[in-house]
Amino acid sequence: MVDFKLSDEHEALRQTVREFAAKEIAPVIGDYYERHAFPYEIIAKMGEMGLFGLPFPEEYGGMGGDYFALCLALEEIARVDSSVSITLEAAISLGAMPIYRFGTEEQKKQYLPDLLSGRKLAAFGLTEPGTGSDAGGTMTRAELSEDGTEWIINGSKAFITNSGTDISTLVTVTAVTGIKENGKKEISSIIVPHGTPGFTVAPGYSKVGWCASDTHELTFDNVRVPVGNLVGEQGRGYAQFLRILDEGRIAISALAVGLAQGCVDESVKYAKERHAFGQPIANYQAVQFKIADMELRAHTSRLAYYDAAARMLAGEDFKRQAAIAKLYSSEAATTSARECAQIHGGYGFMNEFPAGRFYRDAKILEIGEGTSEVQRMLIARDLLS
Amino acid sequence: MKIVVLVKQVPDSGSERSLRADDGTVDRASASNVINEMDEYAIEEALKIAEAQGGEVTLLTMGPDAATESIRKALSMGPDGAVHVTDDALHGSCALGTSKVLAAALRTLEFDLVLCGAESTDGRTQTMPHMLAERLGVPALTGARKLTVEGSTLTVERQTDEGYEVVQATGPAIVSVWDTINEPRYPSFKGIMAAKKKPIATKSLADLGVEAGEVGLAGATSKVLSSAKRPARSGGQKVEDSGNGGADLVAYLSAEKFV
Repeated sequence: MVDFKLSDEHEALRQTVREFAAKEIAPVIGDYYERHAFPYEIIAKMGEMGLFGLPFPEEYGGMGGDYFALCLALEEIARVDSSVSITLEAAISLGAMPIYRFGTEEQKKQYLPDLLSGRKLAAFGLTEPGTGSDAGGTMTRAELSEDGTEWIINGSKAFITNSGTDISTLVTVTAVTGIKENGKKEISSIIVPHGTPGFTVAPGYSKVGWCASDTHELTFDNVRVPVGNLVGEQGRGYAQFLRILDEGRIAISALAVGLAQGCVDESVKYAKERHAFGQPIANYQAVQFKIADMELRAHTSRLAYYDAAARMLAGEDFKRQAAIAKLYSSEAATTSARECAQIHGGYGFMNEFPAGRFYRDAKILEIGEGTSEVQRMLIARDLLS
Repeated sequence: MKIVVLVKQVPDSGSERSLRADDGTVDRASASNVINEMDEYAIEEALKIAEAQGGEVTLLTMGPDAATESIRKALSMGPDGAVHVTDDALHGSCALGTSKVLAAALRTLEFDLVLCGAESTDGRTQTMPHMLAERLGVPALTGARKLTVEGSTLTVERQTDEGYEVVQATGPAIVSVWDTINEPRYPSFKGIMAAKKKPIATKSLADLGVEAGEVGLAGATSKVLSSAKRPARSGGQKVEDSGNGGADLVAYLSAEKFV
């Protein structure tokens, strides 16, 4: 029988994170957002409660939970704020996960304890100024030094989350390490620690949304790292990041569901308080229908990501379901954010109201970690192949 | 060091609470029940002491079966186990009756320190540490904003309206704490999963050797005769500005002693 009821532990986690978000994030995040400042204090508290170690085993300092536990945490945080949620999402699914999934035992022991405790952040450098969804178009190159002991990396990466904070410790970059027999580029993943000569982090972007999260362009000018910094096998970089992106789509979907549910929360609250023409605007059907549609989108999006996560955890193929969940929930989030702002009227255009932040934060969900177009392409390819 | 923390399940003070029409006791059935807020600070203090000096933290709760939910939540913060005193005859116990039961339960446990919240958000009597101290023949240090444990010497900064007093006792002792003492941790997922496997010993009145007639509504020394809802807030006073609005505002604020 199909059952979407959460286990007691997952439900307890969801409630704990909801409480944390309401008490520790909601009251202060607007100020960070306004200043485009990274919320170190919030991140430290999240580290203390073990959120950065959620889906990892205890032997590396993790919490022994699963990827679904991570998704629940992302959803509850995004219900209040997306900048904090994407910081956690990127730190885990893009930062620590490649090392955990594909790294050597030595790399895991060296890096994971700091990353899983939230003391340090890792980033994943895939996107480049000239190539995003077409990841095979990677221009960054890594060549072996003459004595074969070092990789020499040249190129640049764009829109890299968590790459320039005071606690950023490394970026795993994808780079071309040769040409395969079929003439296609051979891509590998290599760890570049912060502070390596030639590795420069550009000043933060001026972003439309996610203003309290950390995003930079990175450049690599003859950056030398030991050959041992290769993650997994040489030439497996492409397969690795496809796996990372497939999983990441479920996480981004959870984040989008959180934003969509946050729109319902804020709209319900405001519609009951705000009066127009002698009564609360919640009494008007035009507002009621908007709110009903918002709840409809949040609920159905949630079912989509629960399904994709359940398939992933069961070890089944989940590519198509992850694409569906990501596509549907991100479009639900942008639509609901627009309606939420509309219900708030002029206040929906003010940054001091969550509605204004939700509106600005939603758009990127249709772009990051695979655009809506790419998701449609993946779904169609899966059906038509 | 063996520490026992008293934990009470109470109706959420953030939502609508009421008394039952039939017997004037707290209506738990229609409320959302949570851990008494101040008790979380007592748990945190116990965990900090145990982490720094080694030791064992046991929770003690008296309450209906449904209180197990709050006990599990409290266990997810990190304590080692819990004792849950539950018995139909406990319904409607007054503070004295409750102290009789908790004292009986504490006698079955070894402890160097008993920690509790300075008050519960439902009863608000603030009397439990004193009553337990009297029954158990141990000192009570109440209303702590700071607690230092050195060997068996307990030193407390006791919060008062004017400032604080430093008081000291030799353990075993009972210490009640205010929310100024620390910042309670949020449970981690590891803590949540571990809590499921932690032991909760259930005790009845018979197990503790307490007569049913001495506690509950039957043995209560105080009784709610009648109760009434707090009256709805009045509309307040509206100051219309027709040239002297500022002066009117100041007049109102000073009359109400706000300025």
